[in-house]
Amino acid sequence: MSHLGYLLAGWSISIGTLAVYAFFLLRRGKRLTEKVPPGRRRWISSTEEQSRITDG
Amino acid sequence: MITTVGPFNATSSRSTRFLGLCLLLGIPALILFAFIFSPEDDSMEDAVRLLYIHVPVAIFSYIAFGVTAVGSICYLWKRSRWWDTTAHASAEIGVMFCGLTLVTGSIWGRPTWNTWWEWGDVRLVTTLVMFLMFIGYLALRQVPASPEARAKRAAIVGIIGTINIPIVNRSVEWWENSTLHQQSSLTDGNLENLTLFTWFLGTLVIGITYLWLLIHRFRVGWLETEEERLGYGAAIEERQAEAHGLDVGSTGIPEEGENE
Amino acid sequence: MLADSWLIARKDLQVEIRSRIIINQIAPYTLLIMVLFGFALDANTQTLRDTAPGLYWVAILLVALLAIQRGVQIEDADAARDRMLLTPVSSSSIFLGKSLALFVQLLVLEVLLFFVMMVLFDTSVEDPLLVCLSAFVATVGIATSGTLYGVIASGVGVRETLLPILLLPVLAPVAIGATRTFGDAFGRVNADGWAWFGLLVVFAVVYTVLGMFSYGQLLEEE
Repeated sequence: MSHLGYLLAGWSISIGTLAVYAFFLLRRGKRLTEKVPPGRRRWISSTEEQSRITDG
Repeated sequence: MITTVGPFNATSSRSTRFLGLCLLLGIPALILFAFIFSPEDDSMEDAVRLLYIHVPVAIFSYIAFGVTAVGSICYLWKRSRWWDTTAHASAEIGVMFCGLTLVTGSIWGRPTWNTWWEWGDVRLVTTLVMFLMFIGYLALRQVPASPEARAKRAAIVGIIGTINIPIVNRSVEWWENSTLHQQSSLTDGNLENLTLFTWFLGTLVIGITYLWLLIHRFRVGWLETEEERLGYGAAIEERQAEAHGLDVGSTGIPEEGENE
Repeated sequence: MLADSWLIARKDLQVEIRSRIIINQIAPYTLLIMVLFGFALDANTQTLRDTAPGLYWVAILLVALLAIQRGVQIEDADAARDRMLLTPVSSSSIFLGKSLALFVQLLVLEVLLFFVMMVLFDTSVEDPLLVCLSAFVATVGIATSGTLYGVIASGVGVRETLLPILLLPVLAPVAIGATRTFGDAFGRVNADGWAWFGLLVVFAVVYTVLGMFSYGQLLEEE
């Protein structure tokens, strides 16, 4: 296979970046979940009141 | 809605788990098709195999920035936190995809065009400027400010950034008036079936990746605001207790570090 | 509305004239940038002459960042912005006024820098009209987008570092366009300077309109 070095570099950088980003994203999510009480975690069934930004 | 928090499923739900499963199967399949099953190109030889990741990532970085622009407009219109969080989440993923586009493109350009970078190329330079513009957008979002003020500023920057893209594109086009990018080879109609299939598989897999990341990033963003608000509320209560009912909450922008 | 803008602009310019920051600090800084370019390009007059248009606009963009920061600083100090909002002047007028003040300051610096460039880089002008008009329009674009992004980056602790990364990518078309028009006007490159001039006009118009509409939104939150 020609250009194998370029191919491996390109693909590994891409897959690697995505994997690292996904890892840190999930870890961040987990840490935040522990801090926020369950009642305020309901992103799916958010009420109108919850979905508006209110100060404080 | 999830009830238990495991090591890594905090922001996941049934839909993201399904998408994640698709990715676990799709990414190895894409690698197999890109490297083994698909034939080499007549002119590019095996370098074409890089395009199966480069082009889908580029497409979805544009889509991601588009979603940010739509989210920004909808935020200014409806003032809903949902749109603000979506715009932010999409911009972050877009910047990562855009960075990957530039890197993989550069790696592909070396054996094909015999150069890492080509200043005269319209798409290259436009993409680079767009990349830099959205890095600025993300930097703005990192700045401590009240959630509403920050959302409004970011929305305006997001919209202006998008309006600016055609102007940049035009200016770069006149600048050198050339592109090394070939016209879409999909419309030629003389692609082999396996090549065509690999293109679609790549687009599909990267699309699912985008969606999966977007949902998770959205939830992380949502939790961040919740956490920030919890801390912010506590700080205000504290101060109000100190100041005996003095209205501290209306200053708008909190002091630095207060909402960390 | 224009009378109000003029009031705002005059206020900013008066502050500037009294503090003399532009003349005492920013103008010498421009001169330094040009000298540094001379060092970087090995005192090769031919190279300097060829790249003069680009170097000139890079210097202007760097200096514009400082001038924009100055303009925001004036408003941040002593809650001047809040007081300005209490006056019956509309936000569009404030935007136009602030842009006008910035425009005048930049124009003064540009004229100054132009003569420095003529002397140090040994440039000659073939089309003075194109130079004047394109510099005028490019400066309108820089002043309006700068005023807009100045207020976006204002009020946060990291303004000095945030403004450049927000503004410079946006100014990419101006950097390219103004460099090309100057290159054409100096007879250095074979480009259609007037087409580029058109692009600069579009940029200036787009940012004037965007600024007039969104400036109020950005001011209110303070």
